[in-house]
Amino acid sequence: MNQDIFVIIEHLQGKIANISYVMLAAVRELAQSSGGKVIAVLLGHNAQGLAGNLAADQVIYIDHPVLADFTSDAFQKVLAGLIDENKPKAVLFGHTSIGMDLAGVLSVRLGLPLVSSCLRLQGDGKFVSQICGGKIMAEGDLPGPTAIVTMVPGGYKPEQGQSSQSPEVTPVSAPRLDDLRVSLKQYIEPEAGDVDISIEPLLIAVGRGIQNQDNISLADELAETLGGVVCGSRPVVDQGWLPTSRLVGKSGKIVKPKVYLALGISGAPEHAESITGSDVIIAVNTDPAAPIFNLAKYGTTANLFDVVPILTDKVRQAKGS
Amino acid sequence: MIVMMEVSQPISFNEKFLASLYEVVDGERIRTCLQCGTCSGICPFGYLMDFPPGLMITALRAEMFQEVMNTDSAWMCVSCYACTQFCPSKIPLTAGLMTHTKEELLLAGRVPSELQSALENSQRYGNPMGESPRKRADWITGIEPKVTIMGMAKRPVDVLWFVGDYASYHPRVQLITKAVARIFNALGVDFGILGPEENSDGDSQRLAGERGLFEMLAEKNGRVFGKYKFNEIITTDPHAYNALKNIYPELGISYPVRHYTQFLADRLEQLKPLLKNELNINAVYHDPCYLGRANGIYDEPRALLQAVPGLKLLELPHNYANSLCCGGGGGGMWLDGFQWEKAHVRMSEWRVREALTSGADILAVACPYEPPRFEDAIKTVKEANRLVVRDIAELLNEAMGE
Amino acid sequence: MDIVVPVKLVPDLVEELTIDASGAALDTMWLRLIINEFDDHAIEQAILIKERVGGKVIIVSPDAEGVDDLLFTASAKGADQLIKLNGNFEGGVNNHALGRALAALFKELKPDLVLTGVQAHNDLDGSLGPILAEYLGMPYIGYVSGVNIEAGKASVRKEYPGGLIAEMDVSLPAVLGVQAAEKPPRYVAISKVRQAMKTASIDDHLVDALESEGGAEISRMFQPEAASQAIMIEGDADEVATRLIDVFKELGVLESGG
Repeated sequence: MNQDIFVIIEHLQGKIANISYVMLAAVRELAQSSGGKVIAVLLGHNAQGLAGNLAADQVIYIDHPVLADFTSDAFQKVLAGLIDENKPKAVLFGHTSIGMDLAGVLSVRLGLPLVSSCLRLQGDGKFVSQICGGKIMAEGDLPGPTAIVTMVPGGYKPEQGQSSQSPEVTPVSAPRLDDLRVSLKQYIEPEAGDVDISIEPLLIAVGRGIQNQDNISLADELAETLGGVVCGSRPVVDQGWLPTSRLVGKSGKIVKPKVYLALGISGAPEHAESITGSDVIIAVNTDPAAPIFNLAKYGTTANLFDVVPILTDKVRQAKGS
Repeated sequence: MIVMMEVSQPISFNEKFLASLYEVVDGERIRTCLQCGTCSGICPFGYLMDFPPGLMITALRAEMFQEVMNTDSAWMCVSCYACTQFCPSKIPLTAGLMTHTKEELLLAGRVPSELQSALENSQRYGNPMGESPRKRADWITGIEPKVTIMGMAKRPVDVLWFVGDYASYHPRVQLITKAVARIFNALGVDFGILGPEENSDGDSQRLAGERGLFEMLAEKNGRVFGKYKFNEIITTDPHAYNALKNIYPELGISYPVRHYTQFLADRLEQLKPLLKNELNINAVYHDPCYLGRANGIYDEPRALLQAVPGLKLLELPHNYANSLCCGGGGGGMWLDGFQWEKAHVRMSEWRVREALTSGADILAVACPYEPPRFEDAIKTVKEANRLVVRDIAELLNEAMGE
Repeated sequence: MDIVVPVKLVPDLVEELTIDASGAALDTMWLRLIINEFDDHAIEQAILIKERVGGKVIIVSPDAEGVDDLLFTASAKGADQLIKLNGNFEGGVNNHALGRALAALFKELKPDLVLTGVQAHNDLDGSLGPILAEYLGMPYIGYVSGVNIEAGKASVRKEYPGGLIAEMDVSLPAVLGVQAAEKPPRYVAISKVRQAMKTASIDDHLVDALESEGGAEISRMFQPEAASQAIMIEGDADEVATRLIDVFKELGVLESGG
């Protein structure tokens, strides 16, 4: 029985998405204990260069002009054939806009069982999934003969899925890709400034502790470097230091980011009730009794004016830019 | 010139709306509007409305009410009752004109998102904050003797204490609720609360235009009241007081009800010996809209404050029926963001500035909307830090040494 | 333009969730159900399309506590037909089983477009949309935040991280997984819902025994360790910043390297 594990690599606009590395890290233990190979599956057009730092034993690369950008129909066709032919032990998809367009369809098309929202995979073949807003964990054995899995981030560090040794790339030809029902017309880049914080995954929030409008530039810089968006609690917006579109709280938006970095925010109820949907709240506030610490997963009483510039620098370094 | 109308002509929105206003108690008085402009002038946000109350009536008479509906200016109204109080023709402007306009806006789906959330939460969870109903009595921890929850104790009580939404769930207001419980215990009052069985009184939701929601909440509360035996309902929430006293009876739910200040004022002789500590403070009392203007209760809260040893009671320039709304009003709590966009000032800030000129250290309140609103305003108004907000119950507690 | 919207009720997270005696499922004693938020957006998107191009909106939902209210509320918003799936749903129904049941019904309804929420927070065997699409033999696009109907096809806005949008065309009939409607779900006054209860009716559709295959068997459900207090990061600003970098990487928000 084929013990190899497929990881479907996601890339967007020439860059490998982090979830791909997370998945490669996730399957290590399982592959080791079963003796199978970790095979990264990369679909694209002239994209083999992206395979360079994938921590996989092998890369299956399928090239076709139609695969230059993701579309559900085309990718489903290619992967259906590939999975059916190889019958791996498991196929991992990201629990993302790309992966979720594929996993469910292929599960039905190929008659294979599907496990979603998976956070961790163990060597003994057990999976742990995270549901109900992170409040409930569900555990079970990976089903057979081939388990389709969608993976959420948070269980592994992306670095663990990266490797300096380029894996062996095996080109495989694409099947006929005509009669497609889905086509890409164009991408629309987000307009700068016209941001909907309620759907942003990374928010840098400033409160009264930022003290004045000029200091907001500290948060701006960190946001820009980290790839997040600045928002604020009511006193900041009322003073006009941030536009109303960035208001988090009672009269503003309810947000549910992956990470909410609260700088100088006390965490009063009118604000708190709008951020409880965040996956992780990190609070920086010199007042150890601030109610925000009851909501936060991580906290520090260090002064935000000391921490933020240093943090911005370190983020720059980590990104290597 | 009298225009003869064909019977078969469809009735216009203007006509239908006017007819609905006549159905309100004293609604016919709208015919006697003098167009004097008092209502528009005294309305705190009248200057920001495309159609302040007086102009709404002008539009009605000109059969142009659809124009009013096309603006959102009715959402600048917080139902503070100032217009109703001072109208020389005694037109029920707040409960009639403003509430019905908001009802029409709601039916048309034109409702600010914050208000929408509060209404949806009220329907689902029985409170506008969207908190779990099971946690409604969580505030009782630490109070000894333990607060009686009717559903668990299953015995008659003398007083059924209708606690209210913000008093149950908001951390700042919970402090006041605890203070009241301590006072009741010290006086040996035989009281119970409904806890998780209590639903929002619904009054502010009604004034914000959701009559259907109000009736649904009232019916639920009515059914729960019917399960238990008690002599009277006491409430710490002037909005609940207003609903229970004036509107619930229209739905067949009628019980004797008083605000806690009336209840305690009655027991002043019993309370006074317990007020051992001298507080040595100057205090002003903010007349809440729904205790004062809407229900005429001005003296009992003052009697309680004057009983506090060492407390010098000063008066604000805008007092009694002239009181300035904190902005919470009837539904104003959930229009804060919408109104801020237009006004860039809050009524609570005006009131805090006025309190600062009075020389008082304490701003005494008696409504759950007020502490969060005034304390927020104190943070934004320059040099307001010396002003402290306390509910009357908290001051009594302090005097009691609790 | 016939639009069918399958909708689900899911556990309301406002209440505390507990695990039942078997240790492998949610305790239903205190469980309150609420409409899947994304399905609510799907209903709104369907009504918006109907308001623009005309047609009929049909809501379908499996029987559960609160389903009548859900259906009448949709009717008050403008839905034309309400269908309740009746059957033995004891022990829960996974999306594969629901997908099969719905596909059988939809083959009769013959929709031009199927809109459903992109996912539900209690999904364990993938989300309904893609599964249903494949049972129907229709194409699927998920994470949709805008839909324009053109002749024989739909032009949709598909969301990617960071606010990037892909505009895609899909031939009809198709299934779309809605992330967000073009406008937030509208408010409907309770008086309107009460009126709908008098004027609208719910069609019952009986489904045969549902077998929940297609997913994995759950052997254990548990709640993660709840930290009552924040993990406090000590040290000087430099040490704090260093630790925060680690945290960012663990959480996957610090993309390392190109």
